[in-house]
Amino acid sequence: MISTRFPIRSRLRAVADHAVTGLAVLATLLVVTPLLTIFGYLLYKGASSLNLAFFTKVPAPVGELGGGMANAIVGSAIMLGIASLMGVPIGIGAGVYLAEFGRGTKLAHAVRFTADVLNGVPSIVMGLAIYALIVVPQHHFSGFAGGVALGIMMIPTVCRTTEEMLLMVPHAVREAALGLGVPNWRSVLSITVRTASPGIITGCMLAFARVAGETAPLLFTALGNNYWSTSLNQPISALPLQIYVYALSPYDDWHRLAWAGALVLIVLIVLAVSLVRFVTSRGVLKGTS
Amino acid sequence: MGVGIEVKNLNAWYGSNHTLQDISLHIPANHATALIGPSGCGKSTFVRCLNRMHETNPIARVTGTVRIGDRDIYEEAKPVEIRRRVGMVFQRPNPFPTMSIYDNVAAGLKLNGYSNRRALDEIVERSLRNSALWDEVKDDLKKKSGASLSGGQQQRLCIARALAVDPEVLLMDEPASALDPVSTSKIEDLIFQLKEQYTIVIVTHNMQQAARVAENTGFFLNGRLVEFEATHKIFTNPSDKRTEDYITGRFG
Repeated sequence: MISTRFPIRSRLRAVADHAVTGLAVLATLLVVTPLLTIFGYLLYKGASSLNLAFFTKVPAPVGELGGGMANAIVGSAIMLGIASLMGVPIGIGAGVYLAEFGRGTKLAHAVRFTADVLNGVPSIVMGLAIYALIVVPQHHFSGFAGGVALGIMMIPTVCRTTEEMLLMVPHAVREAALGLGVPNWRSVLSITVRTASPGIITGCMLAFARVAGETAPLLFTALGNNYWSTSLNQPISALPLQIYVYALSPYDDWHRLAWAGALVLIVLIVLAVSLVRFVTSRGVLKGTS
Repeated sequence: MGVGIEVKNLNAWYGSNHTLQDISLHIPANHATALIGPSGCGKSTFVRCLNRMHETNPIARVTGTVRIGDRDIYEEAKPVEIRRRVGMVFQRPNPFPTMSIYDNVAAGLKLNGYSNRRALDEIVERSLRNSALWDEVKDDLKKKSGASLSGGQQQRLCIARALAVDPEVLLMDEPASALDPVSTSKIEDLIFQLKEQYTIVIVTHNMQQAARVAENTGFFLNGRLVEFEATHKIFTNPSDKRTEDYITGRFG
């Protein structure tokens, strides 16, 4: 009876194969669709308002047409710079500690727990906390406070992805380094972290892209600014803030600028992430897994 | 040049598991010494005690003395220093995946702060020649990753990496068990050449391999050294019944 059962089995297998492949393709489409829809809609609504003035001028006063978001683009860049300078080293350092030095210690458990809680803190609460800790004592809103708020939000993501990526480095690779008489700390920095670096960079990029679009933590810290300012001690504008203000306004002109701002924000995030990927992937060797 | 190894009353534990019990033996300089025995008999633990890799596991413990050359490695030296003098090749080839072939070989020196370019070039070439890999990789030294090589090539790369730090002893923990017969015979040929310059200790599951490459062979069973003899003696006329049973395939 084998000869008659076999074709049925194989037909069933073919059906199952097609079904699973189909589901995977469907899921992929469902992932891509919202992204493409959002991007397409932003292009449709925002592209027409993009011109040179958008990138070179500060917002026009109410009632005047024109104006741009140059100050917001620069403000976002400055605050994201501060955030990355703060979040990336602290996050990676903590992740290295968790995965390599503190394994099984009480401190490591506490740090891991704190990072997870911090990850779950709503971003508006982060803004309030920085307001109380930095803005109130200094008596003024500032770009510095905004950058710190974003930086703190980056830490848990960077920390936990760094830890996960380091734990994925095979034990054999660590042993190889120790077996050469390399001190443990050196082996961790030069071998383990280096081996895990593509994943760690992805984690940093995820954290960066996430905070780049944050509005809430900036409301009580950077505040926003309609004028040109690059001072860290002054209120500073940011793209998400400017979009928020413009989108809530009653003016059609501002609505269009808000769409354009959203488009620019997304494009800039994609550019920044691609740039980092390009720079860090140069010099990667053939056959590196 | 290689140096001899003198082991006295070596005991090792993993947690409460007494994996090596009272091992004493003498491994002569510039010879290849094979360690055989069934899985879990302690032979890998034994070689890991010879370069203090055993203690990298937090639950591991060692007692007894191991003298390599004129120094007691547990009393008179730091682990990192010992591991530079006693190189190790592992069961599975483990090149550093993000490094080029060149950097893999130079890693031990570079990571210990050695940075003379011209000397490094020479050492890398010599090590790759000594591990019989030079001709196969000389055109791609800095272009290709160590991970892009075949399994057998990777293992010879790991041997070159161990040789580059100029050790006196080379420990090989089943270096050919993950390789095909052609690669295995290349590694065995290599051992023949290497023992002129280094003392070699090789753990193997393959008794023919032990017979082919080693002058002396030790048989481990349940954490004890049952017999340690000249290889031809152990394979033709073992003095212990258990050794005979093992090499004739009655267990293990």
